[in-house]
Formats: sequence, structure tokens, C-alpha cells
Amino acid sequence: MIPTPALEIVVLVWGLVLLLAEAFVDKLDKRVFAIAGIVGLVAVLLGSFFLAPPPPAASTGFWSFYTADPLAIFFKRFALATTIFILIMAIDYAPAIRMGVPGANPQAGLGEFFALPIFTCAGLMWMASAIDFVMIFVSLELVTMSFYVLVTFTRRNPATLEAGVKYLILSALSTGFLVYGITWIFGVTGETNLARIGAVLARQDFDHVPLLFGFALVLVALGFKIAAVPFQIWVPDVYQGAPTPVTAFLSVGSKAAGFVVLLRVLGPFSILPQVGKLLVVIAALTLIYGNFAALPQTNLKRLLAYSSIAHAGYLLIGVVCFAGTAVAFYLVGYLLMTLLCFAVVVLVAADGGEQIEDYSGLVRRSPFLAGAMLVGMVSLAGIPFTAGFLGKFFIFDAAIRQGQTLLVVIGVITVGCGFYYYLKVIRAMFWLPPPNDAPVIQISPLSRGAIGLLIAGIFVFGVYPQPILNALNPPAPVAVTAGR
Amino acid sequence: MLLFIVFAPLVTALLILSGAPGRVTALFGSAATAIATFTALFRYDPVPGGFQFVSSLTISESWRIHFLLGADGLSLIMLVLAALVLFCAVWFTQPVGKSERLFYACLLLLGGGAIGAFASLDLFFFYAFHEIALIPTFFLIGIWGTGNRFAAAWKVTIYLALGSFVLLLGLILLYRSVPVTARSFDLRVLQSAAAAGGIAPAAQNTIFLLLLIGFGVLISLFPFHNWAPEAYASAPAPAAMLHAGVLKKFGLYGLLRIALPLLPEGARHWSWLLLVLLSGNIIYVGLVTLAQKRLDWMLGYSSVMHMGYIFLGIASANLIGLNGAAVLMFAHGISIALLFALAGEIRRRTGTLAFSDLGGLGKVMPFAGFAFGVAAFAAIGLPGFANFAAEVMVFFGAFRVGADLQGLHFFQVTTVLALWGVVISAVYLLRAYRSIFMGAPNDKWNALPDLAGALRIPVILLITATLIVGFFPNTALRVLRPTFPATVAESAP
Repeated sequence: MIPTPALEIVVLVWGLVLLLAEAFVDKLDKRVFAIAGIVGLVAVLLGSFFLAPPPPAASTGFWSFYTADPLAIFFKRFALATTIFILIMAIDYAPAIRMGVPGANPQAGLGEFFALPIFTCAGLMWMASAIDFVMIFVSLELVTMSFYVLVTFTRRNPATLEAGVKYLILSALSTGFLVYGITWIFGVTGETNLARIGAVLARQDFDHVPLLFGFALVLVALGFKIAAVPFQIWVPDVYQGAPTPVTAFLSVGSKAAGFVVLLRVLGPFSILPQVGKLLVVIAALTLIYGNFAALPQTNLKRLLAYSSIAHAGYLLIGVVCFAGTAVAFYLVGYLLMTLLCFAVVVLVAADGGEQIEDYSGLVRRSPFLAGAMLVGMVSLAGIPFTAGFLGKFFIFDAAIRQGQTLLVVIGVITVGCGFYYYLKVIRAMFWLPPPNDAPVIQISPLSRGAIGLLIAGIFVFGVYPQPILNALNPPAPVAVTAGR
Repeated sequence: MLLFIVFAPLVTALLILSGAPGRVTALFGSAATAIATFTALFRYDPVPGGFQFVSSLTISESWRIHFLLGADGLSLIMLVLAALVLFCAVWFTQPVGKSERLFYACLLLLGGGAIGAFASLDLFFFYAFHEIALIPTFFLIGIWGTGNRFAAAWKVTIYLALGSFVLLLGLILLYRSVPVTARSFDLRVLQSAAAAGGIAPAAQNTIFLLLLIGFGVLISLFPFHNWAPEAYASAPAPAAMLHAGVLKKFGLYGLLRIALPLLPEGARHWSWLLLVLLSGNIIYVGLVTLAQKRLDWMLGYSSVMHMGYIFLGIASANLIGLNGAAVLMFAHGISIALLFALAGEIRRRTGTLAFSDLGGLGKVMPFAGFAFGVAAFAAIGLPGFANFAAEVMVFFGAFRVGADLQGLHFFQVTTVLALWGVVISAVYLLRAYRSIFMGAPNDKWNALPDLAGALRIPVILLITATLIVGFFPNTALRVLRPTFPATVAESAP
């Protein structure tokens, strides 16, 4: 039996070991470090199934800001799985890193590129367990710091530099909002622990306005993380400019962690009537903006960026309805399909581009990749028997149960938009002829296996959701029971 | 049994995608499906009635979703239609040029999705099976279509996706509106809950409206019919056969299976709306059909128009009307599939379907002319064909509702209008027949080959099916009889 906090410690130590070893080894093919990272994370992932039951929540000490409830465990596994796939993608992306990083050594920068995601992973795992604003802030910073480096990693590429600067400035700004918001909340309630804040709020003897102000500031910061409108400005440019594996990481890991924190923070604050209305507005705006802005995109990474905003909108519907299980399931589906799409993007971009027209006739260049992308797009659009559909199904169910008619109507309309822009990619791959000189794409066995696994996951969870529902059962107390 | 019927087309599609030869495998798979469906039809025992061949597999306990297959008379009739048309569509497929295997796989997925939906007793899978047909449709029209195929493919996919999501909302609402103990996607559980009065009338009205719109989009109910003619005109013939003949019946099947029995109050509440809309189908779309100058568009519109009669049978909600609607679904599926198949053959030979370019083909293609004539007569509803037997039942059923309610009721007015619709369809179908097969033969077409021997087999199969049901409607009614009494008992005044 393993105590839960050991997971993060192992991940962190393993990251440090790899980073240090990398500095002293020159001769070795640096991709070994990625493999080592994957092996370590898989071991931790397996270990997460043999956890010792957590001690009861304490009012002081470690267990007052760290929880090991089912939701936390679930998202720890989620973060680990994401990072494993990201590292596999990073191996395929290695040639682009070599071109994008200045240095005498042809392997310059590779080792760091493989080690940094492991630190992000540790941050994400802590975020999943954080039930105290201080802990939330620290783990969030760990995640963001490693992303600062990762986003601008291929620094010879001007687009990447632009993305890096935008991400740095806006992310720092949002962190500022977060801290400022926390101070306001602390000022009103005198607490940073979410459960105790909830207890204070339940007494109803506080001043609403400063508390709402503080919560709104926190919401700004979290909205930045999950790419909710109007805090989504950075998303398209950063997603397009960042190295593709990092984009995938941002769009899955960072977003998922943001949603976990949002669910946890909302627990105590849902008692304020204004909070629900605010979230409805944000969800509606996010749905509309993300889907409609995705319609005219011609760059696939940009398209996926807008689609990630759109999916944040659907997730926000779940958040508005306090449907923690639905949100968690949707995130799993989102993880599978988004990583699948980005994995294909990495492989195709190796000898093509990232425009949608570069995917013309992909079915002739690599039927496997075209099939994988087809599955990914179909799942993102929400066709049954894929995880993406079941996610939408649970979300819509939650919305109907809570009587959120406005969101349901907007959701249905935007699903229609989604069909257009996702099928646009399918159209390019299957209908249009390939450019004449396009080579057949080579795929390494590892990536083939990873993509196969993602496809299988999409179908398995699209038909048989019970394992995930069970993993969250009993549902996380903070996320689910608070709204009822 | 049903497991085999549902999975045979899907597995065949997968085999073809993973490298099996396209045409042979597809023919074999669809033939096996058809034979299995006929066997099921004959082994169905109408005396106890109800759902037979049930097999169940739990998917989610907490949501009570099961992979639940089962069939009663109505679903068997639809399964036979689907399997038969699928087999004929595969047979009718000519060398398609590019990526032939993908074509056959799409065709089989399209048919397999419809078959899965008809065989599912679980609402979740009922819905899901239908939706997987969306992507093959998009492919079939987009890759192998003719005319303005890109626009048509977008339009049909987005239209149907939106309709499906409205339908999904309706189904979720239905799921939520029954008492917690009966909350299930199992149709049988829902039926007993509804029979016990588990669904409040107000909720019924909302859900029925959602279902009517959702299914209505899929069926091309006026004014949601816009996607249909263009899609059918652009689709390759086998795809049009399957979509117009089978897939569109999914929505009607859903109304008969879910909306009417579970939501009788809602059905009564909205029957006026349904009547108005179906008059739109019959009269408005009928007149639009008259104005068409190309055979493919005309057939597309006519398939929209004929939905109106089936709606009329459904709206009547009495025994004879519902049976008529069910038989008409079968009959229309057969006749429209045959018409689209022949239109596709003509297009392949002449490269055009404009009436002004064609003429006198009856001399060079006598068999095609004969078959087209038979199909057109069937579609008009001449006695002896299944359509006649069905339409008569529908009209009797609908007229009776008005008579029961005293005086010249809305139902009777609609029925009379619908009868005039038969005249409209006679006008346009006969005119099409005349301008294509009669008249002065155009020298251009003198060398056209008639349908080859092998292609005559599916044609004869389809004609036989419509004749059998036309002369012996009891073949269908025998199995249909136990399906509807539950519904009718409630709506009898």
C-alpha cells in the first residue's frame, strides 16, 4: 500500500533525476530519457491503483490542504496518462526540436524537453489534490513555470517566440488576479482552506460584495486556465505557435486541472446566488465564441485551439450544473480525442504543414493516420459510440436536469457548428486529392501503439462508460453534493 | 439471431476496410443478413406477440443503459425492409472508380446503422445506431456524389446532426420525466411506466414536440425537408436507395415506437400541428415536385411528399391507421429504392437525368422501362401494390378519427386533401415515365444497353416484395397485429 502523496514525490524525484542525468550524459541518444520518463510515469500510474486509504481530513497539517478523495485520485491518473502520451508525442517531435533550438550539440535541448513535462505532471497532480488556496496557488505556479519554458522551446521559430511572450505575460497577469482574489477572500473569511471557507459562508454573516469581488478575480484566473471567454485571447496564438506536444499538453492537462480546481472552488461559493448566473453567462459566451470562431479556420492547430475553447464551453455547462461526474467523464473523452488529433498533427507536420489543406488526401499517404484523425474528429463532433458523444450526453443530461434551457439551446446549435468544422478536416483527408509529391508517412511502432490505444479508448469508453463512473463513485463530495 | 443480424453488416464493413475484397464480401454479408432477417420474420410467433429474440447486456448500471436487442412485428417489418434494400443496393453498386472498398464499407455501415436502430430496444442504442449512419452518408455523397455534391453533403450532415441532437434532448427529457424507480433506457420499462401514468401530461407535450421536431428533421417533415431532395439528387444511387428507402423510416419508426405509445397525451395535444405539417408535405411539396425538371430531384421531392401519408397514418392513432402507416413505410421503402436504383442506372448510361434530354428510352431499354413503370405505379398507389393496401388503410384510419369526433373534422379535411395528393403524385410520376421512356427516341440513346441479366435480379426481388404485400397484406399484418393494440386502447374515445 502506497500513501497518496508518495505519487507526486516519486514523479518529482524522477524528473529531477532525469534532468540531472541529462546534463552529464552527452553520448547517449537523448530519446532514452523520454523512454525512461514514460517508464517511470507508467510505474507511478500502476502504483496509483494500490493506494493506502487516506486518513480522515484534518483541520491542520498536511491533510488540511491535501486530499485524496476519488476525484483527486482520478485526476492524478488523468495527469499521468496525459503526460505519458505527451512524452510519446515528444519523441516524434524531436527532429523539430533539433531545428528549433540553437546549440552546437545536435541534441541540444532535447533532454530538457523530455524532462520538463514530468514537472508539469507533478504540478497537475498536486492541483488535483489541492483543497486550500495556498496549495492551489503553489501547484498552479509549478505547472505554469514549466509551461513558460515549454511553450517557447523551439525559440528559433518567431511564431513560437510570439506564443511564448503572450503566454508569459497573460499567464503572469492571471496569476496576479488569482493571488489578489485569494487575498480578498481571505480578508473576508479569514481562511484559505476551502472547507472552512464553506463553513464561514454557510453562516451568512459576511459582506457579500468583497467576497464576490474576490471570487470574480479567482474566476478570471481559472478562466484563463480553462480558456473560457473572455479570457481566451491567448489561446489561438499560443496553441498555433507552441511546439505541438506542448499545445496538446496545454489543451488537455492545463485545462483539466483548471476544471478540477474550478469544481473544488465552486463548492463553497455556489452558495452565492450570483455565482451561478455568472457562470451561465461565461458558459454561453464560451460556447458561442469557440464554435463560431472555429468555422473559418484554415490552420489545423488553430482550429483545435478554437475547438478547445468550444469544449471548455460544454464543460462549463457541466460545471454550472455541478455535475462533477459528467465533467470528469467529458474530460476523459476530451483527453483521448484531443491527444489523438495532436498525435496525428505531429506525425503529419513532420513532412507537411499544419494547414488543413496539407491534410488533403491523407488517406492515400497513410490510411492509419487518416483513420485515427477520422476517429478523433468524429468523437470531437460527438457521434455515438465515441467517448465524445457520451461526454456530451452526460453534460446535456445534467443541463436538462437543472433546467438550463438557454445553455441547452445554445449547446445544440453549436454542436451543429462543430459538425461543420470537424467534418472540414475529414473532407480534406478523404475527398480531396493529395499533392503529387507527398511522401508516404512513416510511423514508429511506439506512436502506432499509442494512437491505437487512444482509438481503442475512445470506442471503449464510448460504449462502456461504467469504469469511469465507478472510479468517481462515490462521487467527490465537494464537487457533486454541494449544489444540491 | 438479432445479434447476428445487427453485427453482420458492421463486421462485413470492418472486414472490407481491413482488406477483404469489396464487392464479394459485401454481397455475401448483406445476403446473410437478409436471409437471417427473413428467418426471424417467419420464426416470430404472433400469438404471444411482444418482443422476441431478446438479448441483453448491461452497459451501465447507474444509468440503466443496456445493449438490448429485441423485435416485434413492427421492427421485423422494418428489418426485412432494411436488409432487403441493403442487399439490393449492394448488388446495384457499379464500379465506383475511386476507393471502392470504402464505398462498400460506407454502404454497409449505413444499412447496419439502420438495422441496429430497428433492432434496439434500448433508447440509447436506438439513437446511437442511427447516428453512426451520418458519417457514411457524408462520405457517400461527398466522395461519389454528382452535381453539387459538396454542398449537399454538408447540408444533409449538419441538418441531420441538429435534428438528432434535438431528438437526443427529447429522449433525455423522456428518461428524466419518468419516476426514479422506472428510470431506464429500456423501452419495455418505459412502456410500463407510461402505461401506469408515470409521465405527466405537461411533460408529455414538451417531449412530444421535441421528438416530433427531432424525428421530423430526420423524416423530412415539412418545413424541415430542405435537405432531402438535394441530398438524394446528389447521392450515388445505392446510397439514395438506402437513405430514402430505409434510413428515413427510422424517424417514423421512432414516432410509432416511442412517441405514440409513451406519450399519448402529447400526441393528442399536437395532432393539429402534425396535420398541418403533413398537409404541407403532401400538398406543398407535391406541387413543388410537379415543377421539377430532373428525375433525381423529382424523386427526392416525391420521397418527401410520400412521408405525408405515413404521418397521416401515425396522426390517426387508431389500429387501422397505424397498421397502414407501418405497411406504407415498408411499401414506400421498396418503391422509392427501386425508383432511385433505376434512376441511377439511367444516369450512368446517359449522363443526364433532365427530362428534356431524355425520351424514347422504352425502346432501347424495355426492361428498365417496365421496371420503372411498375415502380411508378407502386409509388402512385395502384391496386395490387403494397402502397395501395397501405394507403387505403391510412385513409380509412384517418377519416374514421374525424367521423368519431362528429362532423367535418380537421382530420377529414386533411384526408380529402391527401387524397388529392395521390392525384398529384400520379401526374408527376406518369409524366416522368412519359418523358423518359415514351416519345420520339433520341438518336443519341439508340445504342444504350438495357439492364443486364444480373442487375435484373434485385429489381425482380423488390417488385416481388411489393407485389406480395400488395396482394396479401396479411403477410405483414400477421406479425404487425400484436404491436399496436396497447396504443389504440388508450386513444379510443
